[in-house]
Amino acid sequence: MAMLSFEQKYRVRGGTLIGGDLFDFWFGPFYVGFFGVTTIFFSLLGTAMIVWGAAIGGTWDIWRISIAPPDLSYGLGLAPLRAGGLWQLITVCAVGAFASWALRQWEISRKLGMGNHIPIAYSVAVFAYVSLVVIRPVLLGAWGNGFPYGILSHLDWVSNVGYQYLHFHYNPAHMLAITFFFTTTLALSMHGGLVLSAINPKAGEPMKTGEHENTYFRDLIGYSIGPLGIHRLGLFLALSAGFWSAVCILISGPFWTRGWPEWWSWWLNMPIWH
Amino acid sequence: MSFTLRLSAAIFAIIAAAIIFGTFERPPMQVVQRGYRGVGMVENYNPRFMQALLADNKAPQPLGATVTSGPAAGTVYKNVKVLSNVPIGEFVRLMASMTVWVAPQQGCSYCHNPANMASDEKYTKVVARRMLQMVQHINGNWGAHVQAVGVTCYTCHRGQPVPAYVWYTQPTPPVAGGYAQSFAGKNHPSPIANNSSLPSDPLTPFLLGKEEIRVQSATPLLTGDRSSIKQTDWTYALMMHFSESLGVNCTFCHNSRAFENWAESTPQRVTAWYGIRMVRDLNNAYLGSLMGVFPPYRLGALGDVPKVNCATCHQGAYQPLFGASMIGAYPELAHPTQ
Repeated sequence: MAMLSFEQKYRVRGGTLIGGDLFDFWFGPFYVGFFGVTTIFFSLLGTAMIVWGAAIGGTWDIWRISIAPPDLSYGLGLAPLRAGGLWQLITVCAVGAFASWALRQWEISRKLGMGNHIPIAYSVAVFAYVSLVVIRPVLLGAWGNGFPYGILSHLDWVSNVGYQYLHFHYNPAHMLAITFFFTTTLALSMHGGLVLSAINPKAGEPMKTGEHENTYFRDLIGYSIGPLGIHRLGLFLALSAGFWSAVCILISGPFWTRGWPEWWSWWLNMPIWH
Repeated sequence: MSFTLRLSAAIFAIIAAAIIFGTFERPPMQVVQRGYRGVGMVENYNPRFMQALLADNKAPQPLGATVTSGPAAGTVYKNVKVLSNVPIGEFVRLMASMTVWVAPQQGCSYCHNPANMASDEKYTKVVARRMLQMVQHINGNWGAHVQAVGVTCYTCHRGQPVPAYVWYTQPTPPVAGGYAQSFAGKNHPSPIANNSSLPSDPLTPFLLGKEEIRVQSATPLLTGDRSSIKQTDWTYALMMHFSESLGVNCTFCHNSRAFENWAESTPQRVTAWYGIRMVRDLNNAYLGSLMGVFPPYRLGALGDVPKVNCATCHQGAYQPLFGASMIGAYPELAHPTQ
């Protein structure tokens, strides 16, 4: 892959997270680094175990391959490989790979003297995954509360877990998460639309600038959040979506065992209208 | 930060803390696996609530031993219509048990005129006679639902003349008029459906009437299933009533990836299927037959008789009284008698 002429000056050794210069070099366009190596290690090992699990699982139908967690009776202990132990090892590899990737992002930010916005943002997605397969199972006392690794089987799990609480749309954190997911796509589409509408003028017309963008939104809704603000807002909306998704499953079970509609009884029972 | 802003933030924080710490439960929980691992068919129980539930659903000790010999009750007492062939000792034992089960405060005179025990002048005696026939009918003919556990008066009454969980047809909730009018019987808090906004009276069409509970397509693509969202809402409300009555969630009977599929459902769904038919039968043939017997103050807002649903017997337990069978000690209740 070709490298741009000025790119070389950013490729400076040193400033690694763990100190020293182990793996502190580039492979083609990619920075390798210690955490790049651990990412590759966990990814390959985890993927190989998924393939092994598929091989002993009875089907090669891509939709139906599923590697299920152990029975609840194993609690927080280790299970035999064919009875959920494989799921446990794959989970270790997945957490290892995701954490390595976040650390690699942190390391690159550090080497370039940049802020840690990207690793922090990525970590929210990792937190959502860890919530599902580590934090919630630990709070409920058994690894078997994690979701199975399979395209359709994990959806079946999601469906059944939702119906364990009768009507999941009444989960307050789920409400927030959905609202943030919709709002983040709305904000991104409006931001993208605004920028493109300003910098893609009709033939013969001059390109518009940020002042046009600000004026557009002042005309429309009386306020423009500004060029820096829109990116802060975008980050906040997107991370809130992931964060509240994690919260909505964390509170289902460990902090609530009944139907979610019933949780709202405090609202129905407020003295002002009860 | 201005004072007003700080004050608002503090008030908001107090309200948020009250909601977070005042409304949720806490670990550790009890989780019961009921399907293949990883399918998510599990029941979630809070052990702190289970203590109270177990205490509320304890079967009482039978009153002494069953009496099998002696003259038939009908030859000794007058106006005995249901239990006339039961040995006199057993008859008296059952009457004493019924008092403990149904009217422990009020005693025999809740149903009987003490001066003339044979008289039918009190409506409660007429109701009690019909309810005895109902118990015998349930135990004798609805084994598909109650199985060997069976029911007695205590299953529903629990020491109260009127069982805690009976229901009446609800007047339809107020609706907007004109263009905003929507007659769906919903969008008000529905206590029968876990306080959701689903229809507030799904019992009348499904547990008194015979509306079909069939809203999910049996095929992946649309192939002529005309069930509407509204129909689905009514079914959903009914199913929530089932769940709440039994203290279980939807996965007790269904694998939610294919609700309608019997092959993927649990055996409990078969028991529930018979239960639905049984409750319809009881509401129409037994409680419905008491129309005109109950005094007005025992009737609902629309003048209908009190009726049974899943909660009437189950009262929050997946098996009434957590499966404790009292029927062995009272053989005269096990089958219809003359």
